[in-house]
Amino acid sequence: MALQDKYKELIDTAQTSGVSNLQVAEQDGVLHINGTAPSGDVKDKLWDIYGKIDPNFLTGDVVMDIQVATAVSGAKLKVVTESSNLNIRKGPGTDQPIVGKAAHGEIVTLISKMNEQWWLIRTDGGAEGYAYAQYLQPV
Amino acid sequence: MNLRHLTTSIMAIGLFFMIACKSKPKDSEIMNTVSTAVQSIPGVTADVKDGVVTLSGTVSTDDEKMAAENAAKSVKDVKSVTNNIMVAPPAPPPTAPVAVTADDSLRMAVADVVKDFPGVKVDVNDGVLTVTGEEKASRWKTLKMALDALHPKKVDAKGLKVK
Repeated sequence: MALQDKYKELIDTAQTSGVSNLQVAEQDGVLHINGTAPSGDVKDKLWDIYGKIDPNFLTGDVVMDIQVATAVSGAKLKVVTESSNLNIRKGPGTDQPIVGKAAHGEIVTLISKMNEQWWLIRTDGGAEGYAYAQYLQPV
Repeated sequence: MNLRHLTTSIMAIGLFFMIACKSKPKDSEIMNTVSTAVQSIPGVTADVKDGVVTLSGTVSTDDEKMAAENAAKSVKDVKSVTNNIMVAPPAPPPTAPVAVTADDSLRMAVADVVKDFPGVKVDVNDGVLTVTGEEKASRWKTLKMALDALHPKKVDAKGLKVK
């Protein structure tokens, strides 16, 4: 319970921000927080609060997976690589051949989610394939 | 003639009462039948008085409560049913343990994540991700989000130098 006290602000915010399927459970000294945020802003807010309570996330007492509800088929996604192009691959995996690229900041369309890591996307230029979800942000 | 009629009438009335008395169902018989009817619903007990059945006990759903009442009503000679059964939902199941990804699939997924973070090394051991090396704060946040999304048991970054 001590962890739930330490991260009370984070849990409270998740509860009051409309995070659905919210699961907060403590296991082996780690607080697991899972849920689906109604928007990317809410996800960002939760991560900011987490970073405020545990600067640079170094303590390792939280594992938080917040998905974004608006990331559904047909949604527009922004490529949020640091600066480089995002590889679009034939299949879900970095061992798969690259079939196209999306530029940093480009807006692409989500076709479907293979899993939480690999999303099938299409660029306006017509390239279609799998890209790593961490570099795609719903707009 | 009148006397014969009277005698017959008295006998007829007497016979009627005998039959009526005999055919009046006994509460104990109703009790047996009702008990058998509701025994498929655990937690329900029945009591019978003058053909009126009183059901009591505790069940977990409204459906069970109604099923017991209907079963009792369907028994012959039951005049009415007083349903005093309480509905108490069953205790919630113990919280499911947090699903932690197995090491093999975790290793593959981690490899996909960290390939874009050349300064960082992530070891996988028994569901725990140990992060070492150095990285900029904003990039580490991106990496941490990606690692957490893999549902590890823990992400230990004490050995990471954040620039």
